[in-house]
Amino acid sequence: MTAIQPPPTRGVREAVGVRGPDPSRRVAARVRRNSWLYLLLLPGVAYFLVFRYAPMGGAVIAFKDYVPFLGITDSPWVGLAHFTDFFTNPDFARLLVNTLVLALLNLCVAFPLTIVMALLLNELRLNLLKRTVQTLVYIPHFLSWTVVASLTYLLLSVDAGPLLQLIQTVTGSEVTPLTDPGWFRAIIVSQEVWKNTGWGTIIFLAALATVDQEQYEAAIVDGAGRFQRVWHVTLPSIRGTIVIMLVLAIGQILNTGFEQIYLMTNALNRSVADVFDTYVYFVGITQGAYSYSTAVGLFKAIVGVVLVLGADRLAKKLDGSGIF
Amino acid sequence: MAREPYRFNTPAGRAFDVANVVVLSVIGLVAVLPFLYVMAGSFATEAELSRRAFFVWPEEWTLESYRSILSSPAFVRAMITTVLVTVVGTAIQLLLTVTMAYPLAKKSLPGRNLVLGMVVVTLVFSAGMIPTFLIVRELGLLNTYWALVLPMAINPFSLIIIKNFFQAMPPELEESARIDGATDVGVLLRIVLPLSKPVLATFTLFYAVGIWNDFMSPLLYLNDPDMWTLQVFLRQVTAGAEMASGELDPNYVPPEQGMKLAVIAVATLPVLLFYPLLQKHFAKGMLIGSVKG
Repeated sequence: MTAIQPPPTRGVREAVGVRGPDPSRRVAARVRRNSWLYLLLLPGVAYFLVFRYAPMGGAVIAFKDYVPFLGITDSPWVGLAHFTDFFTNPDFARLLVNTLVLALLNLCVAFPLTIVMALLLNELRLNLLKRTVQTLVYIPHFLSWTVVASLTYLLLSVDAGPLLQLIQTVTGSEVTPLTDPGWFRAIIVSQEVWKNTGWGTIIFLAALATVDQEQYEAAIVDGAGRFQRVWHVTLPSIRGTIVIMLVLAIGQILNTGFEQIYLMTNALNRSVADVFDTYVYFVGITQGAYSYSTAVGLFKAIVGVVLVLGADRLAKKLDGSGIF
Repeated sequence: MAREPYRFNTPAGRAFDVANVVVLSVIGLVAVLPFLYVMAGSFATEAELSRRAFFVWPEEWTLESYRSILSSPAFVRAMITTVLVTVVGTAIQLLLTVTMAYPLAKKSLPGRNLVLGMVVVTLVFSAGMIPTFLIVRELGLLNTYWALVLPMAINPFSLIIIKNFFQAMPPELEESARIDGATDVGVLLRIVLPLSKPVLATFTLFYAVGIWNDFMSPLLYLNDPDMWTLQVFLRQVTAGAEMASGELDPNYVPPEQGMKLAVIAVATLPVLLFYPLLQKHFAKGMLIGSVKG
């Protein structure tokens, strides 16, 4: 099965070829013979230890009262105090709701749109147009969130934003989407759709390319029309891919992109804009509450692991095979 | 989808085809329309920008906006910095990823499974922003450009895809080189890498775009305005008075519209220049290694 951003699961172990212990007894001799390979491996291993595993150790400050000049080891332990603070904080419910609403909106809007767009592209018979459209719709994926946010400000700016003028003409009201909390979620989902829908079709188009042509012949003989063929042949053929991509998306549900949300957050829309990722930044980096924000981050990371592993199990149950 | 015309000659089918062509053309246009406006606007006069709401072709062409951003030392510095960090950073990241992927592709290497397990764990779990920030600070990397490159030097996912690609190469290639007396490093340089060009091109693009587009790392790790990269500069220029979160510049003076558009154009251009060169590789590269069985 194919996947663009396979999150980590038990399936990964199989995909990357992790197997049982090596049966060979002459390990020492093989280590010596492969000394060049170990030398090549060394910088990478050092990277993982320093920048991926050392921070995991550093995350113990979630259970401590981290004081910079005392250092991580000498700061006093406080147990679960930061976690109880967080769960009893009114911020918690707000962050959870904001994060989940954005995630579910993306799931209900962006995800189906990707499939619809892949199906439309697949039905397009003019190959030149198909390739051109594909080329164009992949482009926004490579733009930075800073550029996307800047385009959004320009298009919706109160001075001369062309899109704002259009919205105001159509609705006949003086809306200010950039600062109006009621518009925040619509803007975020629109940005996501504009930036990533086209790119997301790659995986479905790859699956659509493998659909058995004889099934279409059979469907035509049975008198199936255009839409019936899509519904009864095309969609069932890519069902596995859809299930896997959906499950992957569910596993990533708490991962609202930090950059996107941060760049669209302002003093007036904080009530709906704050999500776990940006909250950690505001509380941790700008206010210096390192221990508390580490606890928030850790909570999010652990829920993330549970979701990913649960999603993988669900995929195995629904589809018979794991994510990979 | 089936191609023979006879299948589509019902009136409804033909109507759908026409509608589909229209809908997809509009979608393709919408994907690039904002950017066309930016390009056109960056070459237009300030007067035209305030007079016309939206256009993709200026009535009067001028380089004034580009002249004014190029005369800003902050912009020129950000531009040079970003190019250098992207070039050097991509080279470092690719080097680290490839040198780690190659030994991991050797199934018989003792200790390989341990290292792979270590990599896979990081796919599922990461310590988060604050502990990583504290480590970067502890290492003395705050306010250095290393902080934009090293903390994300190896993308574990890219590593595994490249490793799978190496692993799928026919072993005979390597054996024949070994008979000729090549070492592990020799095999990597002379046999494996030349055969991996499409994959390496794909991940070069991904790493380079990752650094070029990165906003979070400079936000977290660079406090000195003289060190800002293009994305941070862009943020400062385009975040209007509406976005008065005040994190970048309290003495906010709104820049001219044309200047904003020119900065966006410059921040986007390199990606658009490399895109057509690499496009034929990356769709393939994305799918390599993520195919099971």
